[in-house]
Amino acid sequence: MAAAAIVAEGLGKRFGPVVALAGVDLELPAGGVLGVLGPNGAGKTTLVRILATLLTPDRGRARVAGFDVAEHPQAVRRRIGLSGQYAAVDPFLTGQENLIMIGRLYGLPPRRARRRAADLIGQLELAGAAGRLVRTYSGGMRRRLDVAAGLLAAPPVLFLDEPTTGLDPRGRLALWRLLGELTARGTSVLLTTQYIEEAERLAGMIVIIDHGQVIASGTPGQLQSRAGGDRLDLQSPPGQDPRQLAEALSALGTAEPAIDEAVGRVVLPVAGGPGVLPEVAARLAAAGLQVSGLALRRPTLEEAFLALTGPPPSRTRPPPHDATGPPAATARPAHRTRSAR
Amino acid sequence: MITAAGTAALPGRPAPMLADTATITGRNLRRLVRVPTLLVFATVQPVLFVLLFTYAFGGAIHVPGVTRYIDYLLPGIVVLAIGFGASQTGVAIAEDLTTGMIDRFRSLPINAAAVLAGRVAADALRNLFVTGLMIGVAAAIGFRFHAGPAAALAAVALAVATGLAFSWLNLLLGLAVRDPESAGLAGLFPVIILFFTSSALVPVATMPGWLQAFAKANPVTVITGALRALCLGGPATRPVAEATAWLFGLLAVTIPVAVARYRHAAST
Repeated sequence: MAAAAIVAEGLGKRFGPVVALAGVDLELPAGGVLGVLGPNGAGKTTLVRILATLLTPDRGRARVAGFDVAEHPQAVRRRIGLSGQYAAVDPFLTGQENLIMIGRLYGLPPRRARRRAADLIGQLELAGAAGRLVRTYSGGMRRRLDVAAGLLAAPPVLFLDEPTTGLDPRGRLALWRLLGELTARGTSVLLTTQYIEEAERLAGMIVIIDHGQVIASGTPGQLQSRAGGDRLDLQSPPGQDPRQLAEALSALGTAEPAIDEAVGRVVLPVAGGPGVLPEVAARLAAAGLQVSGLALRRPTLEEAFLALTGPPPSRTRPPPHDATGPPAATARPAHRTRSAR
Repeated sequence: MITAAGTAALPGRPAPMLADTATITGRNLRRLVRVPTLLVFATVQPVLFVLLFTYAFGGAIHVPGVTRYIDYLLPGIVVLAIGFGASQTGVAIAEDLTTGMIDRFRSLPINAAAVLAGRVAADALRNLFVTGLMIGVAAAIGFRFHAGPAAALAAVALAVATGLAFSWLNLLLGLAVRDPESAGLAGLFPVIILFFTSSALVPVATMPGWLQAFAKANPVTVITGALRALCLGGPATRPVAEATAWLFGLLAVTIPVAVARYRHAAST
């Protein structure tokens, strides 16, 4: 196989006035796991739909498993598996019937499709429900069946769109373990997720998308460094206003402190490593303030994400659906209810 | 164990359109007996049509030259039942679009037309069942074929062929409106309008003059006329040829447009 599982160059897509993708470049080496992070409406869904041949880009090009998605979509489809909010299973078939149907459509002979379905049902812990109609499944069971559908043809490239949304902790761990096995065998995975912990745990490379563009990419460690300097964690003792701590120390910070009044916590981005600590102590003493806890640490990926994409909701624009544009947004309400069930 | 079980069969696989169509037909047949609405459209409704129209209208309507109204009525209400049933095809394809089932199919290495063909094939089997069911119920209350077994078989074939045209039309409607409820209405309206302005229930000659011109050109009149000729006897060649021409014309328009719409359905 070609060296790269996915190569995208300058992918652009607009839906009427809405620019969903404004020139996205990315690369996933064969056998790697690429995490795609981004706020709602950033363009993640459009990106995956283009790479999975469901949408044609307005400009740019992409190769998946060595084939151009626009020129050889059938060759790409033979080599990918898709799981997530936009690739459903049939609620009026049983779990087993769904998987066998998809296996047959991948071209597996009947007996092989049946055996493969049984294997995946076991792996995803659906054995007790395999013979039940999918409409009786819980959201988490349905999600696992979705993942099984994506794995049916043992594809070399797998797209997982928020695979663990709606899973309970046990289901999430089981899926993570399964993905670990898959990548150990050389499957390349592109994963979109809202859980930074998930990206950190599974993905060797992370791409952060916002407003249809890649705004940062790298290993989790590199992204953490890009968030700039260290973080000073201060815990205010009960009865003391954490805002006083923030005020006394804000001159030492490289950016505005984050104050969590509910738990009395202040997080201040600082430069200069541990050298800053004596000055912290001096200023606290001068202001007559106490701390019940203090730590200097590297930023979390979540802090890096927020620093790179700007403050959370409401500031940039009204919270839209993922950027598939108005027609798709109105035509797809079922996804929301389904994943929420 | 995750094994490479699937990969060996995949590369270089020719497009076995028939196998894929059969797989999707199987899916739709399963749905037919499991989705309550679909089951009602395929069983209760056809039986009700036979009984209600016969006993509610039968006493009042006397068609010249026909002894039993049910003999005159059955061809028309078979077309009605098939037309109503076909509205569920538009609903189903719109549902598949909104739930992401179409995206699933489009991500698989299959011919796009297999998804639509698999639905039409399941519809055709349903229509064969519906036609047989209605003939059975009608026979129990007095219906008889008067033109022999060959004509009777031709009538069943023509009814199923009519269903094909209805199915493709509703696929097109469902793909165009993309919303299950709208698709259901969009599928029923033309059937209701065409049915009541046709010769399905009463002879065209009983209608006001301005309506007669429309009623005579109405495809439901043409198709019902052909079915009636095959059931009641009399010259059948010309009406059947006209009905066949209508059906071919409808299919020649609806199939390519529906396939084209399907190919672009999820890309907007």
